[in-house]
Amino acid sequence: MSPAFLILLALGLGLIAWLAARARAWSFKRSNPGTRLAALPSYHGWYVAFWVVLPMLAFAVLWSVVQPMLVEQSVLANPAAADLPGFALERETMLAEARAVATGAAPAVFNPDAQRLVAPYREALSRFNLIGLIAALVIAFAGGAWAFLRLRPDFRARTKVERTVMALLLLASLVAILTTLGIFVSLVFESVRFFGMISPADFLFGTRWGPDPMSPAESADPSRYGAIPLFWGTIYIGAIIAMIVAIPLGLMSAVYLTQYADPRWRRVLKPALEILAGVPTVVYGYFAALTVAPAIRDAAIAIGIDNASSESALAAGLVMGVMIIPFVSSMADDSIAAVPSAMRDGSLAMGATTNETIRRVLLPAALPGIVAGVMLAISRAIGETMIVVMAAGAAANLTANPLEAMTTVTFQIVAMLTGEGSFDNPATLSAFALGLVLFLVTLALNFIALRVVKRFREAYE
Amino acid sequence: MSNPVPRSVELTRTPGFERRLRQRYAAERRFRLAGLGAILFSVAVLLFLLVTMTINGIGGFQRATLKVPVAFSQVSLALPQGLDSEGAAIRALESQGLPEVIDDFARETLGEEAADELSPDAWRVAAEQIIDDPTLLDRDAQLILPASENLSAALAGDGQAALQPLARRLAAEGVLAERLDLGFLSRSDATDSQLAGIWGALKGSILTMLVTLALAFPIGVLSALYLEEYAPRNRWTDLIEVSINNLAAVPSIIFGLLGLAVFLTLFPSLRSAPLIGGMTLALMTMPVIVISGRNAIKAVPPSIRDGALAIGASPVQVVFHHVLPLALPGILTGTIIGMARALGETAPLLMIGMRAFVATPPDSLTDPATVLPVQIFLWSDEVDRGFVERTSAAIIVLLAFLLVMNGLAIYLRNRFEKTW
Repeated sequence: MSPAFLILLALGLGLIAWLAARARAWSFKRSNPGTRLAALPSYHGWYVAFWVVLPMLAFAVLWSVVQPMLVEQSVLANPAAADLPGFALERETMLAEARAVATGAAPAVFNPDAQRLVAPYREALSRFNLIGLIAALVIAFAGGAWAFLRLRPDFRARTKVERTVMALLLLASLVAILTTLGIFVSLVFESVRFFGMISPADFLFGTRWGPDPMSPAESADPSRYGAIPLFWGTIYIGAIIAMIVAIPLGLMSAVYLTQYADPRWRRVLKPALEILAGVPTVVYGYFAALTVAPAIRDAAIAIGIDNASSESALAAGLVMGVMIIPFVSSMADDSIAAVPSAMRDGSLAMGATTNETIRRVLLPAALPGIVAGVMLAISRAIGETMIVVMAAGAAANLTANPLEAMTTVTFQIVAMLTGEGSFDNPATLSAFALGLVLFLVTLALNFIALRVVKRFREAYE
Repeated sequence: MSNPVPRSVELTRTPGFERRLRQRYAAERRFRLAGLGAILFSVAVLLFLLVTMTINGIGGFQRATLKVPVAFSQVSLALPQGLDSEGAAIRALESQGLPEVIDDFARETLGEEAADELSPDAWRVAAEQIIDDPTLLDRDAQLILPASENLSAALAGDGQAALQPLARRLAAEGVLAERLDLGFLSRSDATDSQLAGIWGALKGSILTMLVTLALAFPIGVLSALYLEEYAPRNRWTDLIEVSINNLAAVPSIIFGLLGLAVFLTLFPSLRSAPLIGGMTLALMTMPVIVISGRNAIKAVPPSIRDGALAIGASPVQVVFHHVLPLALPGILTGTIIGMARALGETAPLLMIGMRAFVATPPDSLTDPATVLPVQIFLWSDEVDRGFVERTSAAIIVLLAFLLVMNGLAIYLRNRFEKTW
């Protein structure tokens, strides 16, 4: 029973309910000419349709979580599962194999012992699919029938429908809070498990990073979990090299576009910058790894640095800077546009050149906004993943040499979670601790930046 | 007749003044040039990126193929009737000895050396051609079959040195050539770059985007309506607004961690399914839709609301009958931009396991799948020259999709957005 099928079924039943209820409301009017319905017929339709669709979808969501558990339990209760290995991990893999074959995802089992489970699995799956489908239909019909029987000429369907709509609107906007909460809780939960194995002091202040996902969880060596090299790499690539590229270029682009460019050029150049902003990061990463990094290595060798590696902090930082230019430019653009034109005109009227006006009047006045924009740009740069994964390297070096490979927080999150380690290993869990640090830092940067922007706008209003 | 300079000008326009003025004007020109330089640098990088990708990518839409004459009339191959699937027909041809037939003819006409460098899956390509045109079996045909990875590299001038003379000879004879390979768009991932295609990843992307759209659009539009039209000014509303603004700026990889910790714990069997990928990306896209939706709703003038209320519409009717239709073009523009960003997103999908080698295109939302950006990332790790070209070609396809989506957004904005 695929989710798409259930949703389509729900919508189809809803449509039938809508048509039936609307026809019923019309029939009140026709059988008793002269009566006034308390609500338009279509509201009767919506009322019944809501009662069909919403309970059914709620049930479907619940069932999609519960059903796999029920299926597994019934398979385990089957005699064929009696001699399964007691070891949880092995049992899990065999069940997963049998499930894959039973659902048709895999053509055959790898482990012959799992073959015996395929038939019970398939049977349980089809039985619970049927149960789920029947239950969903019963719920839909019960809801629909109850709502349908309440329809009367004086039934105030519109107020009920509108109350439901308002509840749906409120529910939708709560999704944002739930997401934020979900991120925070899941990161904190896994991080607490991590800090139970490795002390926060070792993590935050240690200078050697080299977790071993294969070593047993009990004997984790805290001295291998020092995240300082990662923090340094992140700051060096995202907040230093990238910003050295992005701030001057972004700012000058914004100044040129707002103050100098003639409207025709502006119409061409601005979309070009927007395209640059729309290029996916994996493309930038590929560009950095394929073109920029080898060019930097060759240049380094040409000026006499022999040990230059093909993965360097410089390549990742430069390309990241180019990626951030449009972002800085559009933030600076907004801040400059927010400066009242009287200030600019006054300066020009005093005989200052455009350049003097920009540097002495516009930029100082727009500075809070520009600083906030730079903070947002930094928060975006340190959270950027694909460029560093593809171009910066995996070695956790604590160095200031931009030609060496460096690793970042985001790179290590990817590396720790795409490996083979299990979820009780500190190496895997360290990804969540790193994620928590990243989340808190970007949150703080954004919060302060948005505050600054808001206050700055108010200052000129 | 002399026109005496006024005394005031004489006093101010001293030589020192003239010098300073020249300096200031020079500074002005330098500043202006620096600005122009900055923006031209960005444009140049963009062009350089596009040109590099295009030059590399053109090779990805081609593959080295050998022209193999096969006299089907001399062998007794027959396409059995009544087979419903293409797979069954290919198996039937295989059991009748099609691979050996192809190999024999290649050895006979091209020589042992060249026949060894036919792609191991060349007979499959031949079988597909036969299925498309069963009359091939009755005549002598010139089949265009893919060459091996090594021969393909040799044709391009690198790879094993030993193969290069062979490649040059075959190319000179017109047997070996780079030919357009539209199959790149209809095949799936493979370990051999000659046989790899992007349809599997593209279909995965489409399914994932459908889920993202189906979740993020309604939730985003409904929250935008609530926040802009109904929400009371209180602490809860502030909290919702703060979380939406923050979610819009949270690094995408954090959403991947959320998907891993929450969705994969709830649905462990759906690892690397488009459903989970779409749900994760929907959480990321939703704030973008809310923010652009609120701006679009804010732009609808209050007089519309007042007019509707004045003739007796309820607050819900005002919004759903009047405000929403007028704000829809703006909301759609924001939605398309958010979807374009989600389409290019890689990191969160790596977290939830959409990085497996998937050789068959997904048939449903719950099948294991990969998406286009992840496919690009996976191929970029391959050292083989063929994959470098395939990667660039996949990037071209991805950029083409993004360009179409952004173009659509700009069109919608220009065509339907009103200034009141």
